[in-house]
Amino acid sequence: MHLALFIFFAVLCVAGALNLLLQRHPINSALSLIVVMSSLAVLYLLLGAEFLAAAQVIVYSGAIMVLFTFVIMLLNAGKEEPTHGSKLAYIAGFPGAAALLGLLAFIFISRREAFGQARLGDYIATTGDLSQVLFTKLLLPFEVTSVLILIAILGAVALARKEH
Amino acid sequence: MDTSLIPFLLFNLAKVIVVVVLFLMCVAYTVLLERKLVGRIQNRWGPSRVGPFGLLQPLVDGAKLFLKEDLTPEAVYRPLYILAPMIALGCSLLSISVIPFGADIRWHGMQFFQISDNNIGLLILLGITSVGVYGIALSGWSSNNKYSLLGALRASAQVISYELALGLSLVGIVIRSGSLRLRDIVGVQAPHGLLSWNFFGGFQFVAFFIYLMAAYAETNRSPFDLPEAESELTAGYHTEYSSMKFAMFFMAEYGNMITVGCVATLLFFGGWTSPFGSYFHFGTGPIATAFFSLFWFVAKVFGFLFLYVWVRGTLPRFRYDQLMGFGWKFLVPVAVANIVVTSFCIGLWMPVQ
Repeated sequence: MHLALFIFFAVLCVAGALNLLLQRHPINSALSLIVVMSSLAVLYLLLGAEFLAAAQVIVYSGAIMVLFTFVIMLLNAGKEEPTHGSKLAYIAGFPGAAALLGLLAFIFISRREAFGQARLGDYIATTGDLSQVLFTKLLLPFEVTSVLILIAILGAVALARKEH
Repeated sequence: MDTSLIPFLLFNLAKVIVVVVLFLMCVAYTVLLERKLVGRIQNRWGPSRVGPFGLLQPLVDGAKLFLKEDLTPEAVYRPLYILAPMIALGCSLLSISVIPFGADIRWHGMQFFQISDNNIGLLILLGITSVGVYGIALSGWSSNNKYSLLGALRASAQVISYELALGLSLVGIVIRSGSLRLRDIVGVQAPHGLLSWNFFGGFQFVAFFIYLMAAYAETNRSPFDLPEAESELTAGYHTEYSSMKFAMFFMAEYGNMITVGCVATLLFFGGWTSPFGSYFHFGTGPIATAFFSLFWFVAKVFGFLFLYVWVRGTLPRFRYDQLMGFGWKFLVPVAVANIVVTSFCIGLWMPVQ
């Protein structure tokens, strides 16, 4: 059951990503990206990371992609004209991406034990477990990240402010 | 495993069908309730011709919407034009799936009054609300109409802004109950009735009013109904929709109203528990428990629906800059202050487990 769902949503995720690249209209691409994000959320859920799945839907499919579509709608962006990309991308693009993917897959498979107990099936990491780790072992990175985001917000405000 | 899978699936399917049918009936009668009440507020009768007291009006309205011609304007972007009302109604129906309607009564381990009981019910509700905005945004954009687009842009901006206040207002409750599961959140409010509800005993009344205002804005209801302000934008994002497609937006809006009422009941007013708590028992045994828990839940949700209509009949619409200022400069800071105060109080006076 878990495996069937995993395969289904993994295929949906990849199909969404391909559709994102092939569509000419920006709003269709944005919607494909939403499909990718949501299927990723289901994959997280299947691996037992329930809080991460919910956060993925709320933050990525909900907030960030709404902003994307909002901007596309506001600018009323039309269809993209196909351009002749660089020669280098045509020649090295596919092998490069394949090599990178292979490398990542090799590292993940050879260092399996670093993932701990996470696996497909009945394993569930509750929100309590997650916050325990986040506020004890990983407290410093967590707080530093939040400060980083705060700085980004302040930067956006400073850039958007009108000069008097 | 296989022997128990089939009854499990059948039971859940039956549950889903019953809940969806009842939910849509409630939606139809909420529309009637609104028309009657707004009529009374404006000193007129409201619908009174079809059936006794106009009670059959929803049926006639439904038949009318079904039989109307389904126009699709030439200039629309068809796939999204058709998809948009489905997203809106789908999200509205989905959110009811995590809501517990009554006490935890089981038959062979299967729950009666909740479709899906999971650890992250509250987060699922927030996630569905945040996805629901696509229905409105895409309908406005794909209609290829200036009024629709303006309505959709207003709706997206409004929902994104108020989602923040809405999410923050719920943190105090999560801190108090220590769980994101809706049944646990209600369980914390059960023992002393009124005194242990989050609104009174949990001192979350500030959070409640923030939640209420943000939720009104999220459902695009008056006084935050700028996306469909008829005096400025004809009908806003659903200007180009007719027949059942329009009805789907309509049902989605009223469905969201009911969901907000349910969530407010669960989070702040003790859900299906009675206001007398353990001091006064109405009867024991599974049937009495089921009946009274459903009774209290429905009564509380009805109160919220009444409040919705009352507010609509009373308050004028916000101006756009007032709307944004109110959301960002008032609700969000107050919500943050509420989190700080609540966590201080709980940290100081509650024992650490």
